[in-house]
Amino acid sequence: MAFLQTVNLEQRAGSKPLLKSVNLKIDKGEVFVIVGPTGAGKTTLLRLLDLLDRPYAGDIYLDGIKATDAGVNVMEVRRRLAMVFQKPAVFNNSVFENVAYPLRVRGFDNRSITSRVEGMLEVTGLSGYGKRKAKTLSGGEAQRVALARSMIAEPQVLFMDEPTANLDPASVKAIESLVVEFNQRNNLTVVITTHDMQQGWRLAHRAGVLMQGELVQAGKPGEIFNAPQDIRVAGFVGIKNIMRGVIAWSRTGIAGVEINGRIIEAVSELPSGADVDIYIRPEEIVLSLQALQGSARNTLAGRVKWVRVEGPLCTAVLDCGFTLEALVTARSAEEMALSEGQEIYASIKATAVKVLPVVESSI
Amino acid sequence: MQELWEALVQAISLIVSLDAEVIEISLRSLYVSAAAILIAAVLCVPIGGIIHFHDFKGKRVLINVIQTFYSIPTVVVGLFVFLFISRAGPLGGLELLFTPAAIVIGQVILILPVLTGMTISALNGVDRAVKDTALSLGASGSQAIWTIIGEARFAVVGTLILGFGRAISEVGAAMMLGGNIRSYTRVLTTAISLETQRGDLVLSLALGIILIGIAMVISVIVNILLQRY
Repeated sequence: MAFLQTVNLEQRAGSKPLLKSVNLKIDKGEVFVIVGPTGAGKTTLLRLLDLLDRPYAGDIYLDGIKATDAGVNVMEVRRRLAMVFQKPAVFNNSVFENVAYPLRVRGFDNRSITSRVEGMLEVTGLSGYGKRKAKTLSGGEAQRVALARSMIAEPQVLFMDEPTANLDPASVKAIESLVVEFNQRNNLTVVITTHDMQQGWRLAHRAGVLMQGELVQAGKPGEIFNAPQDIRVAGFVGIKNIMRGVIAWSRTGIAGVEINGRIIEAVSELPSGADVDIYIRPEEIVLSLQALQGSARNTLAGRVKWVRVEGPLCTAVLDCGFTLEALVTARSAEEMALSEGQEIYASIKATAVKVLPVVESSI
Repeated sequence: MQELWEALVQAISLIVSLDAEVIEISLRSLYVSAAAILIAAVLCVPIGGIIHFHDFKGKRVLINVIQTFYSIPTVVVGLFVFLFISRAGPLGGLELLFTPAAIVIGQVILILPVLTGMTISALNGVDRAVKDTALSLGASGSQAIWTIIGEARFAVVGTLILGFGRAISEVGAAMMLGGNIRSYTRVLTTAISLETQRGDLVLSLALGIILIGIAMVISVIVNILLQRY
């Protein structure tokens, strides 16, 4: 059993499902980033993990303890956790008292509170802020206070719900580097939600993609980005050329996918008749003025809809019966003299066409 | 007009010269109403908290009833308490009628609904996020409740001031339960009422000015407190 694990975790609002059988496994000392669009259920999931809400079904295990067990002292378990919310709710008193709060409720004496809070303020770059009224701080400062406050009682797991969603870039950087520091120094397990894929990249040891209440993929950020297992994930991580089609024929691991009446050959074991989503990375499309004779399975004749040069690269959008976005070097675009309305051939290897079975979301 | 002006000047000189009777009545008013507000606060803040933090059937109705009693007439409270503590009443044996304690009881009951209702409003005004934050930082249920009450402290203090104002300025309960006995249960409002009827406008005016002055001092203290924290 992993350090922090959920088993078939479900949550509902009335009869509306918010989370659908979420199975998460997070190791000790890991930074796990939950990415997903707004409304995917990220906050709902974190609130369950922090034991603020009770799940509709399923269980949460922390360090071998079944935290969702009826006999468990929720407060005792929660005291091993900490949470930073998207909107930092600082208490209406001094920064010092805000950071001291977790120690006060745990019954620490004044002397150790003072020394620990001073130390924490220094670590978080808030030295000299102790006497300031917390309500007068900027968003970035308030979020740093919230982080310091969460860390003061040395939790084993830190949850952060979109901690940098409304912050300026400098504050985002400050928060992120603090998180990394706490993680490395204390072997702290960190679970962060974000709708910012780039932030996921920067921080995550592993990441999970939550979409419409479902954990659709989990793994190393690179895996998710390079090999999305779900077309929704593909769309979320910014993959272009996503199309829906149906497998027209299938033999020896090659399938012909029919899209808008045209066939694209792809590597797939799926049987004919199956509804599929496909995506093709723009950089894997080769453009040429004549049809290429070669290994590429697919040669599609089309017409250039528009061209945009961005530094050394050039994006060309083609109409091949469906819209296709290709990425070529600015130099080869110049050699071909790519321009609007031009007749062009697009060559795509069968291995470059990723085929995913259509998943009908039940939420 | 000339008479009024002279009365006003004499009233001010009564205050400035620290007239023994004026001082005595003012202090009694202050301590009677202070006692009432302290007792009411001890009762109402927890009661308001219990109502706010629990969901039960009829909660809305209860809050509506409490709000209805905000404007309960002071003479009705006086009558109600009178029935209880008069010699024939269930608490008659305590011999409370026409004592300062009787006035305190009347004032407590008078401000109970306002304080309870306003405490609930004050707690409603605290962001839900405060509770989540407190719990996630390791607070127990009751610690979280105290944190929320703490966050609502300015609104709660404002409520207490309001209650004090209502207590010290009411005349019905003080008259009916205290009996306006000189040097014993005579407070500012009952004294003003009596002296005006007797035609001693100077004393009435002096006491009236003090009553207004107390209200102003309280308001200033509250504002200073609110700005400091």
